[in-house]
Amino acid sequence: MPKQNNKMSGIKVKSPMKTFKRILGYLKDYKGLLVIALICMFANVVCNVGGTFMMSIILDSFIMPLAEGKTVTLGVLSGVGALGGIVAIMASIYLLGASLHYVYNYIIVRITTRVLQNVRNEMFEKMEKLPIRYFDTHTHGDIMSLYTNDTDTLRELLSNGLPNMITNVLTIIGMFIAMLVLSPLLTLISVVMLVIMLFIVKFIAGRSGKHFVGQQRQIGAINGYIEEHLDGLKVVKVFCHEDAEKKEFDVFNGDLKEASRQAHTYANVLMPIMGNLSYVTYAITAIVGTVLSLNSFGGMSWGKLVSFMTFSRQFSNPLAQMAQQLNGVLMALAGAERIFELIDQQPEEDEGYVTLVNATEDEDGNLVETNEYTGMWAWKHFHKADGTTTYVKWTGEVEFENVTFGYVPEKTVLKNISLVAKPGQKIALVGSTGAGKTTIINLVNRFYDINDGKIRYDNINITKINKADLRKSMAMVLQDTHMFTGTVSDNIRFGKLDATDEEVVNAAKLANADYFIRHLPNGYDTMITGDGENLSQGQRQLLAIARAAVANPPVLILDEATSSIDTRTERLIEQGMDSLMQGRTVFVIAHRLSTVRNADLICVLEHGEIIERGNHDELIAKRGKYYQLYTGAFELE
Amino acid sequence: MKEKKLKTPRAKGGLKKIASCVGEYKAASVWTSVLVAIEVLFEVFIPLIMAQIIKVGMSEELSVFEFVLKFGSLSVPVFSMTDRISFIVVCGVMMVVMALLSLLCGALSAKLAATASTGFSSNLRKKLFYKVENFSFKNLDRFNTANLVTRLTTDVTNMQNSYMMIIRILVRAPFMLILSLVMSITISPKLSIIFAVVLPVLVLGLLLGTKVIFPRFEKMLNKYDDMNEATQENLIGIRAVKAYVREDNEIKKFKKVSETVQKLQFSAEKIIVIAFPFMQILVYACIICIILFGGRDIIESGNGKLIAGGMEVGDLTAFLSYVMQILMSLMMVAMVFMTIVMSRASMDRIVEVLDEKIDIEDGENAKDIVPVDGSIDFDNVDFSYKNDASVLNLENIDLHIKSGETIGIIGGTGSAKTTLVQLIPRLYDVLDGSVKVGGVDVREYKIEALRSAIGVVLQKNVLFSGTIKQNLLWGNPNATDEEMYHAAKAAQAHDFVMSFPNGYETDLGQGGVNVSGGQKQRLCIARALLKHPKIMILDDSTSAVDTATDASIRAGLKNEFGDTTVIIIAQRIASVEDADRIIVMHDGKINGIGSHDELLKTNDIYRDVYLSQQKGSADADDGEVSDSAKAE
Repeated sequence: MPKQNNKMSGIKVKSPMKTFKRILGYLKDYKGLLVIALICMFANVVCNVGGTFMMSIILDSFIMPLAEGKTVTLGVLSGVGALGGIVAIMASIYLLGASLHYVYNYIIVRITTRVLQNVRNEMFEKMEKLPIRYFDTHTHGDIMSLYTNDTDTLRELLSNGLPNMITNVLTIIGMFIAMLVLSPLLTLISVVMLVIMLFIVKFIAGRSGKHFVGQQRQIGAINGYIEEHLDGLKVVKVFCHEDAEKKEFDVFNGDLKEASRQAHTYANVLMPIMGNLSYVTYAITAIVGTVLSLNSFGGMSWGKLVSFMTFSRQFSNPLAQMAQQLNGVLMALAGAERIFELIDQQPEEDEGYVTLVNATEDEDGNLVETNEYTGMWAWKHFHKADGTTTYVKWTGEVEFENVTFGYVPEKTVLKNISLVAKPGQKIALVGSTGAGKTTIINLVNRFYDINDGKIRYDNINITKINKADLRKSMAMVLQDTHMFTGTVSDNIRFGKLDATDEEVVNAAKLANADYFIRHLPNGYDTMITGDGENLSQGQRQLLAIARAAVANPPVLILDEATSSIDTRTERLIEQGMDSLMQGRTVFVIAHRLSTVRNADLICVLEHGEIIERGNHDELIAKRGKYYQLYTGAFELE
Repeated sequence: MKEKKLKTPRAKGGLKKIASCVGEYKAASVWTSVLVAIEVLFEVFIPLIMAQIIKVGMSEELSVFEFVLKFGSLSVPVFSMTDRISFIVVCGVMMVVMALLSLLCGALSAKLAATASTGFSSNLRKKLFYKVENFSFKNLDRFNTANLVTRLTTDVTNMQNSYMMIIRILVRAPFMLILSLVMSITISPKLSIIFAVVLPVLVLGLLLGTKVIFPRFEKMLNKYDDMNEATQENLIGIRAVKAYVREDNEIKKFKKVSETVQKLQFSAEKIIVIAFPFMQILVYACIICIILFGGRDIIESGNGKLIAGGMEVGDLTAFLSYVMQILMSLMMVAMVFMTIVMSRASMDRIVEVLDEKIDIEDGENAKDIVPVDGSIDFDNVDFSYKNDASVLNLENIDLHIKSGETIGIIGGTGSAKTTLVQLIPRLYDVLDGSVKVGGVDVREYKIEALRSAIGVVLQKNVLFSGTIKQNLLWGNPNATDEEMYHAAKAAQAHDFVMSFPNGYETDLGQGGVNVSGGQKQRLCIARALLKHPKIMILDDSTSAVDTATDASIRAGLKNEFGDTTVIIIAQRIASVEDADRIIVMHDGKINGIGSHDELLKTNDIYRDVYLSQQKGSADADDGEVSDSAKAE
């Protein structure tokens, strides 16, 4: 049954039972509360069914005998007093049921919100630890939807779906028993009608599911159209193309209307059909029941009939509810599966044991570890073989030896790259997009791990270096600069959390950002929101450079750091950049060859290979690819 | 978040504007409601018949029993046991027939409701899209694309659901409530007093509940937004986070927010869960009161006889049914209101778009004439994106360009180069002064006439899904292939297009992803040239094109489109140095005008830029460089 529904609604759940068990795993910490909740649910159902059942007792054993003038007693009470007594009992049963309902719902809300918090934390924690590779293969939209849509469906499952399933099953069982007790024959009629109803539901739900998939497809189509054409709306305006756009849109809109009309028709029809068929059942039960009661056949009585009628009206409700919720449950399971997929991802490995420590030299010129900031750093290298610890002075030398790398095994992006960056050298990487420039720098800080060859940092294989320390020892300014909600100084301080205000301002001055920051409404305390949408791309790049400056790292990586800054402004910050680069090993990628002209080593990359290397003058003299690029004779395509 | 910033108080006419989208689906909507009402009518009669069945069934005496429907004179004398059974069967069949009729009405109304609500939403979507299409650049700057897409999709769907609820349930529930009330009063006015007590309590409770819940929910949702924003930021900035080893710090921050969300969520939802038991208690209270008082009535009035006026057992069952129906419909109303209130945010967002004042429209006396030539005059123009004279983006621009001239514009980021040229096709309106094209103020032309004479290649240019030909024909839908080739040749696009296997029929894919950046720019130029414009504006449009091709494009423009006034904004000096005049922009003002040689001598900024590029001779490398893999 779930499988069929699965197909009908187009929701794919790979292994529902496994996922379900895993969701239950999250409830483990709340065992005690859960047991209480389950007991409450059970008791609540008993109260509800019992209350309705009591109606037959009250009618048969109290009201009718009393009406016929017989004496009725309930304990010490008699007559109308006895009626009051039994009604009081019924009232307390109902009251108890309602209170229990509140208690278990309260518990469920408590558990659900906690579980969701745990799931969210777990997701976020894992997300932060995932290798960059993961983010290459998953869109932001997909990942965000784990936090929003999928968590929402999970919430729905935990706070509504599951508890309702349980109470509904219990209610059905309870009612079924009560109805059997009241009248087996009438129960049979109800069950037959129920089976008929279920067949109708299945048919309609199937049709509806099919059309909903169709509707989803049309929504996708119109979304795509709207997105593309609103994104290009300024072009539309320039060409006065609005009327043609409107006509095109009308076609998409019409198709969507038709698809969703059909989908909704089937979905809408379900409710009146179910509701009215239960009236048919009601009517049939009434006829048969009355005839039975007339003849007192099968122990039928008027009180029993009234109770039975009440049950028979209610019997289809839990079933209809469960049918409706089945989709929700499947959606939640599918969502949970996606969430678990994220949580189960392999985190970035870090087997590195070489750490970066503050160091100082003792009288003999040996490196000694210290806790204070000395401006000198050393790699603390513990040798497992002989249990000794050695210190290697940090200098910032980076060496690539025959490095081969591909994002996917089938496609090699870098082939046999070898290069040495001596401490304090500026290495420029030049070439068209896709040539592998950014890939090279992504390997230095181990955003990706190489397939073959070696990368050494101060003669230590970088796989041995603790990743956090490796990355702390280098600052990156990336092509796409990203800001985080917070003040301007918070964002600069991102590079070094304990930076003083003075350090922040100095870094901003170095990046030539101080001027524009002071002109922001609240200067350094101006809030940056929505990834810095209140700043221009150029301003964001300046902030990113300031961020790197405050981190004060030994190695600097600039990936198109100044691409959105015009040449004149770039010249203004050049001085700052130069002093920032002073004494550091710098990797720089730039389209603008003016930026790389003074590099110690320029590597021209093409198709993942270094095809030319040397300094500016050497390469110009060579009249090769660099010369072509430099003179603009070659379109980088 | 953008949403919060944009939030404006809801305009009064908003609901009216949205309601007007019902349009041709008014009939379907009305019929939905009518059929729902009929369905309810049947449903209400069913318990009444049921009561008759029990009454007749229980009648001890085999004497004449008058079965009288409360509202009519339908009376059936019942004499014997067989009469009684046949009467019960007739009543039962009546009930089944009524249920089936009711089913028919319900199903029909469901179908009509689907038609009406999807029709309504499609009208609404259309209205929104048309409105957005009419937005000016300034309007568009206020909304970002993602924002608008949400309004056209999710928000419209929310409105569709609300509308369906309104025409179905909002008719059904109150009608059911009233009819059931009437029925119960006719059965027993005395017992109906219960409703006078219970209903106000229920309504009061619900109102009170909403009042407590909403602020809590709002608080929770705000925090929830914050949480999602933090996640999104981390997602797009993951490289920065990792490069600076800030993972643990960000996790700590996130956990703090997620804990707050948990607390707020709990504080809101723990109130919601009171609602159901509360209603349950009320329902049960009604049942108990009815049994107690109704039972006493039966006992007292009966005097040992069951069918002697007053309450009877049959009445009691009917009465209980009505109680259920009344309370159920109230719950439904409450539920619908919740949904509607929840969808208010969607409505506000939609109304905001519909209410957006379009600031550039054809003037009343706009002339439907095409500019006579490509001369351009800026007379003391002030411009501000914020329409605020104290924050001017362009200040006192006085500039006169002769028809056929080639003008270069140079200036740093934020110097308002783009702003300046966007005033020419009236993409924005001036704050003060005037812009004239062909000697006539741009505000006096019909927009379409003006823009048809001006080719603009925007900085952020877009090609659309479809073939190259379809894209180029935007410039002129009636262009012949020869005209198209001519424009493409001038833009240096013809050769590479022909190198594709399908030539001009090559499919570009969404956003023109199948061509490289440089090729895209050239196609955009060709598209604008196909207009045969009197003025051609190139806003940094050859940044990804190599210098040689760039020079050929300029040559092509000069040779083939000699009469056209050409304005070129560029970063590279090389792109503008052979222009008739070059304008140097700085901080929203004209810093210098003159030929390349003149400016080198007289203008510091120009010289600066020139030197900065001389040093590295920054050619072919300012802009986007494209992937060879994408170039096919």
